[in-house]
Amino acid sequence: MSFSRRLFIASTSGAAAGIALPFHVFAQGAPIKLGSVLDNSGNLDAYGKPMVLATTMAAEEINAAGGLLGRKIQVVQYDTQSDIALYTKYAQQLARDDKVDVVHGGITSASREAIRQTFRRANILYFYNVLYEGGVCDRNCFVTGTTPAQAVEPIVEISQKQWGKKVYVLAADYNYGQITAKWVAHYVKQRGGSVLQTDFFPLDVADFGSTIAKIQAAAPDSVCAALVGGAHLSFFRQWAASGMNKKIPLYSTTFGVGNEHLALSPAEGDGILIAGNYSQEETTPANKDFLARWGKRFGDTKIVHEIAVSQYQGIKLWAEAVKKAGSLDRDKLMKVLESGIGVDGPAGLVKMDPATHHASLDIKVMEVKGQKLTIKQAFKQRPPSDTAASCNLAKNPNENKQFEVTI
Amino acid sequence: MDYAAVVFLEILYMIAFLALTSAGLAVVFGMMRVINLAHGEFVMIGGYVTIFANRAGIDIWFAMLVLAPLVVGAIGLVVERLVIRHLYGRMIDTMLATWGLSLLMVGLVTLIFGNTAVSVTAPIQSYQAGAYQMGGYNLFIIAIAILVMLVLWLILRYTRVGLIARGAMQSADVASALGYNPQKIYMWTFTAGAALSGLAGGVLAPLTGLLPSSGSLYIAKSFITVITGGAAIISGTLASSMIFGTINQIVSFGSTPVIGEIAMLALAIVLLRLMPQGITGRFFKNST
Repeated sequence: MSFSRRLFIASTSGAAAGIALPFHVFAQGAPIKLGSVLDNSGNLDAYGKPMVLATTMAAEEINAAGGLLGRKIQVVQYDTQSDIALYTKYAQQLARDDKVDVVHGGITSASREAIRQTFRRANILYFYNVLYEGGVCDRNCFVTGTTPAQAVEPIVEISQKQWGKKVYVLAADYNYGQITAKWVAHYVKQRGGSVLQTDFFPLDVADFGSTIAKIQAAAPDSVCAALVGGAHLSFFRQWAASGMNKKIPLYSTTFGVGNEHLALSPAEGDGILIAGNYSQEETTPANKDFLARWGKRFGDTKIVHEIAVSQYQGIKLWAEAVKKAGSLDRDKLMKVLESGIGVDGPAGLVKMDPATHHASLDIKVMEVKGQKLTIKQAFKQRPPSDTAASCNLAKNPNENKQFEVTI
Repeated sequence: MDYAAVVFLEILYMIAFLALTSAGLAVVFGMMRVINLAHGEFVMIGGYVTIFANRAGIDIWFAMLVLAPLVVGAIGLVVERLVIRHLYGRMIDTMLATWGLSLLMVGLVTLIFGNTAVSVTAPIQSYQAGAYQMGGYNLFIIAIAILVMLVLWLILRYTRVGLIARGAMQSADVASALGYNPQKIYMWTFTAGAALSGLAGGVLAPLTGLLPSSGSLYIAKSFITVITGGAAIISGTLASSMIFGTINQIVSFGSTPVIGEIAMLALAIVLLRLMPQGITGRFFKNST
């Protein structure tokens, strides 16, 4: 019998492959796919870049601790380039081609609404880990960022006590800004104050000269800024350049989330008041440890901001639920997530509220000082009461809408 | 009263903004009939040069007033030699070529500096105007715009270079017959236009956050300014800057900046319908 060299190689390599393949599958299992769509470039990349790193870090930490259900996590990440059209495209891709097991992503509220229904239809659990205007009522969607009742109400309260009752509101011109401005007006009026005027700005507006003059003409006691993105950063710069930052106090629902305090000089940013879930200045061991790990993995810890931490906490919360459920099955996971489950993150306890699928969070009121967010006051575990007022998924599990405040 | 002064200053600022960002385009379009769709990117690169030169420790005034026009002028020179000179008299082809160029420049800047907003603090303090606080840097922009227009006018009107340039613009053949090389004139005109765009980008950099895609913010406004202005470089640009700047700001003060922009664009459509050759096609016909 002739046994050529070529035949020998072909047969043995085939056999080797035959042995190797099932071994690989049994030992590790196919990885669990975690989908993510975030703006890693463009106008919104100050938000997205750290979130992408946080996603990587959370997945690596879970894998280093042995993975989930004996399987590794594989992150499937798409850069949406601050382009809303790419969100729908990549969401379809995640749902149909990649067939991911869970999605953590979306930054602006416009992007969330662009992709939420896709994942609901595809029965893929969707986590939105960003502060927003509240009210999303969808059993397939879980939110770990703050809502107006959690972060806007305390800051309105404090600013009104400190500075006075007349407010001038500037907001980004899309669903986040529109609805947040309504909530600001709601909380201001509740406390006997008044909103002198509300101006909306598309995300690419970068010239605020006429607005700053109009604010001065209206002479409010304080200015509330719900501005979003790199172009809107110009407002804070022009506000300081006109010297108004020394005259009329300013508070913001978004400042710091895109590390605006690092882009502005201390003289430009000092004194701005904000409220949110996270500050790097937090002295808890959990935060110090988190920052140390981040520094070791990526180097620069300066860029860590609230929604990067939210993304990290959202993934950890999901991982905890998978462990408890012992399965990736959507219904089983949903049951665990609706059992009052919580995780301790760098920003404190994140506890999922079963009725609204929003999280109870620790809130800090902060002041910008020397390019840092110094904590002035802390509130433990504020519930998402705005959303809870109209949304009850335990009672109406098929609800699929976003409630808004009426004023 | 104070408020009226503030509104007036904001109007002046918007006129200066339009005149500055359009000057480079007006020179190139007015003298060479070349529609440069990469104009916005020239402005954007001027801004990047200023910001990154400043970060590297170079004085900001030097960076914006000298370095930005020099660097962008040099880029313009290269672009003219490599691309534009092969396409004179072919308007559609130049538009396509410069559009491609603009995409290329956005890509290159993204590669080099990253797709992240960069900015620099304005080097002039604010001042008090009656009961109002105003950004002092806006006054500087107004002054620069006046200066640029004045210098441009003096050069075109009273110098030999200006005479030759205007001659070549009216009839390239006659200028050629008199011994001036139109190719060379066009080359320096394009370079000067690019340098003006770079200067605009440099001095405007401290007012906004800058992205590689920021060119699109400038291009639309400068185009309607130049086209509405018509063929005369200085009087055309000034006339349309004044009309658009005033409308934009008055409507902005009355409502919001968004409606201000819409009013400006709507007015441009009306003006071009009434005067297809631009303002200087109808009035001030013999001006520069």
